[in-house]
Amino acid sequence: MIDKTVASPEAALADVRDGATIMIGGFGNAGMPAALIDALIAQGARNLTIVNNNAGNGDTGLAALIKAKRVRRILCSFPRQADSWHFDALYRAGELELELVPQGTLAERIRAAGAGIGAFYTPTAHGTRLAEGKETRRIGDRDHVLEYPIHADYALIKADRADRWGNLVYRKSARNFGPIMATAAKCTVVQVRDIVELGSLDPEAVVTPGIFVKRVVKH
Amino acid sequence: MNRLDKNQIAARVARDIPEGAYVNLGIGLPTLVADHLPRGREVILHSENGILGVGPRPAAGSEDEDLINAGKEPVTLLAGGAYFHHADSFAMIRGRHLDYAILGAFQVSVSGDIANWHTGTPDSIPAVGGAMDLAVGAKKVLVMMEHLTKKGESKIVERCTYPLTGARCVDRIYTDLAVIDVKPDGLHVVETVEGLSFEELQRLTGVPLKRMLTAA
Repeated sequence: MIDKTVASPEAALADVRDGATIMIGGFGNAGMPAALIDALIAQGARNLTIVNNNAGNGDTGLAALIKAKRVRRILCSFPRQADSWHFDALYRAGELELELVPQGTLAERIRAAGAGIGAFYTPTAHGTRLAEGKETRRIGDRDHVLEYPIHADYALIKADRADRWGNLVYRKSARNFGPIMATAAKCTVVQVRDIVELGSLDPEAVVTPGIFVKRVVKH
Repeated sequence: MNRLDKNQIAARVARDIPEGAYVNLGIGLPTLVADHLPRGREVILHSENGILGVGPRPAAGSEDEDLINAGKEPVTLLAGGAYFHHADSFAMIRGRHLDYAILGAFQVSVSGDIANWHTGTPDSIPAVGGAMDLAVGAKKVLVMMEHLTKKGESKIVERCTYPLTGARCVDRIYTDLAVIDVKPDGLHVVETVEGLSFEELQRLTGVPLKRMLTAA
């Protein structure tokens, strides 16, 4: 019998190694898998590369992981916020490497990884400093920039409900990066509000089919 | 002269948004446009974190942390609205499905370059979000900004001195002084505020402006 449910966030992340690349879902706090991040902090893996839209808010979640100095490098579109003080301090001290990526390019690089695409051309950022050093190409009447996929060892995401096969439905704008990050990682771990009986999620409404999911934790 | 305040600029932008338009409002000044769309005109607001049909701010106490806009403020969903993931959201933007992106700006150049994401100072932490995608992707890019900096310098410039967000992408500029179209042959003044002559606007702006027949 397939059963992707795991007893605890700690059990779901026991095998994370130092140096891993980890995608973390959420846009600000909406969709951020806080219980999984807390478990990652307790687990102790260091030297991590983190992929997230932001670089932590306040003192909890991703901000706490950054504060604990577990992150070596972060790929994101919008690190600077009124309450991103832990990122700001370590970035200014030179202890945290930042790769700033336009938000749509970030999403598409994640999507491309999950879809097996080798690279893609996008018009976004052409002629700006975020395209410096990148291959460009004129296609039709527009200039484009070559961008490569972002693969990850783990994706930690939050959904609303799952079944034991790992099928997922999300809640409102907390969906954000969850469905694409789930496709782009070797091991996708999902924090859900509820685990329901197999067959009770409407197959027409499943957003992430279970093939993309390895572990499900109710929290 | 009758300089417009922020809400008056927003109201002026709102007048130009037609029924049925799909619109993204940038963080800051452009979000005010939502308050000035006339009742009964169906305009569908897009938020890049994954919402079409963004509704007004909820009543105090009924905020939902899973329902926020791109500025991370609580919002509501209109009947007919939809949620989607980030790759779909930016397919809508980059794929030219949005009719209008309304953006704030530090500077706009005569050729329609826009700078709005980075002041370029060495110690500032850069953050770009979806600005570069909106600049290249929307069918029409409208900029809303003060005409002059606090020092009185024109924010409409020959070449942007701040780092670019996008090149040759702005279609129209709305300021507290004027509405100006960016066209291949230069900047065309559509209208000026009451009491401001074309000549005075030209003097304040510092880059060549063209007079349209309909100018006030």
